[in-house]
Amino acid sequence: MVLKISGETKIFNLIKQDKPNAEQIASQLLKINPALVRDWLVAFLQDEIIRRRNFKKAIVGLSGGVDSALVTYLCAAALGPENVLAVRMPYRTSSHESLDHAQLVVDALGVQCETIEISKAVDGYLETFEPNADGRRRGNVMARMRMIIIFDQSAKHDALPVGTGNKSERLFGYYTWHADDSPPINPIGDLYKSQVWELARSMGVPSVIVDKPASADLIQGQTDESDFGISYSKADRILALLLRGYSRERIMGMGVPEAEVDLVKRKVDSTHWKRHLPTTAMLSSTSINDYYLRPVDY
Amino acid sequence: MTQYEGKINLLLAQFHPKKGDYDHNVRRVGDIFEQIASEKLDVDVITMPEAGLTGYFLEGGVRESARRQGQVFKDLQAEYLKRCGSNAPLLDITFGYYEEYNGVFYNAALYLTLGAEDKTENGWKPGIVHNHRKFFLPTYGVFDEERFVSRGRKVAAFDTRFGKAGVLICEDVWHSITSTILALQGAQIIYVGNASPARTFAGDEPSNLTRWRELVKSVSDEHNLYMVLTNLVGFEGGKGFIGGSVITNPFGEVVLNGPVADECLLQAQIDLADIVVARAENPLLADLQNSLPDLVAELNAIERH
Repeated sequence: MVLKISGETKIFNLIKQDKPNAEQIASQLLKINPALVRDWLVAFLQDEIIRRRNFKKAIVGLSGGVDSALVTYLCAAALGPENVLAVRMPYRTSSHESLDHAQLVVDALGVQCETIEISKAVDGYLETFEPNADGRRRGNVMARMRMIIIFDQSAKHDALPVGTGNKSERLFGYYTWHADDSPPINPIGDLYKSQVWELARSMGVPSVIVDKPASADLIQGQTDESDFGISYSKADRILALLLRGYSRERIMGMGVPEAEVDLVKRKVDSTHWKRHLPTTAMLSSTSINDYYLRPVDY
Repeated sequence: MTQYEGKINLLLAQFHPKKGDYDHNVRRVGDIFEQIASEKLDVDVITMPEAGLTGYFLEGGVRESARRQGQVFKDLQAEYLKRCGSNAPLLDITFGYYEEYNGVFYNAALYLTLGAEDKTENGWKPGIVHNHRKFFLPTYGVFDEERFVSRGRKVAAFDTRFGKAGVLICEDVWHSITSTILALQGAQIIYVGNASPARTFAGDEPSNLTRWRELVKSVSDEHNLYMVLTNLVGFEGGKGFIGGSVITNPFGEVVLNGPVADECLLQAQIDLADIVVARAENPLLADLQNSLPDLVAELNAIERH
């Protein structure tokens, strides 16, 4: 066949083909092989916990949500369920459903479990000194109280705290600084929420946990997506494109509404500080992490 | 010196070094020496990955972990004789390390011949055979090399007990011109030490492992020589190195595929005589040699912008 320069030739058709939309490109960027990721994260946990830090056990704050459920599954696969301590830390307003869902994980895996209510500790401060604190402040106090407990239980049981923050919430800054993000290792911090869902499903996390709307469960009826003003699946697509280097204009050109791109971009741009250690005034040419640079595992 | 065109018994050490602990890692190389002796393994050349004696991501720790090449030879030679006896036979080894020279630091790879001081074999005796300083230093994304080490300035093939070889480190190979230069200089085998942290988990293996395999295959295919790629394994600060070491033969075929991520020793026998067969069928290198003066002229004519 002779290809013609003009007319209905293959070349012409190739040029004319529809531009791929954001959904198509992002779904390629978000694609994971769950079995490969699982094996890699299990190896990561074994290496970080046993080989490098010389621990046998892990401790996870198990909320009843998908992130901590997945991390508990990964830890159980890496260390054996007998070496995983899941800690449920309900506040008096936490939903019963969360407790029940956490229990499903404990029962399915056979991991150790402790339930430590944080109401007295939290109220000891809030009700005594700050009864009028708003929901945001109350949520932060609860999150920080949970970390006090996780680290104390870590010392008691000689178990390494394992973090449960996913990439989407890390990029949105949707967590309490130096609370949820404080465990020294985190196996799922480079997985977007939609990838967490996919991996959780493939590892057998109960569907009632994977399919329910994500919630920090700090305020009754709260959901992550209503707090954000955008769904995780939409946000993840935009995040994946932005981080890959696609410009705002190009993403909009792929059919994503300007308001959605800007909402996501604004959240990421306003929270860079949250993904770093505290800012230290530099006075010398040996300033730590400015001049004196040593990797975390050196 | 006559060109060696026989078989080489390789032992690829897909190694997981202890971060920043040179002495510990030298002792673990000693464990490999001991295993070779105790299991009577037939080994001519041990290959190890980039930064095999220290781990890869050292940042400013390069200062403390870097050694002079003479010191590294002395330490490995002492370890070898300690483990395998003062009468130990000659053994070649190539590995990556951080080098200090006159206060300047390099990401480097040594090729050594070890063995009892009085051993000679066809004129070869224990010593430093070659030191390669990494030419292309990745400084983007997760990589930050040029901040902490300086760039090497030479790419050179060298004679060994087992043929003419070249040594390249990681990104050196991504630029096809480096292996082309080595091939033109007569390298029959290129040893590549590599430290590649896995990323993109969408397929059956991390995508950078697939790319590496394709890369060394294409070099073997074009120049009809052996590529021996030895990859680092283990996690460093959450970044897991891929493993999956590879050997490709002069026909551009993968003849050894190491396991992904696992620390292991891989034995392989290759035959340099196959280079002659491959080149008889596919004389691309000879064509390149013939066209070289014109190509060099074209390279020199590229204007600086």
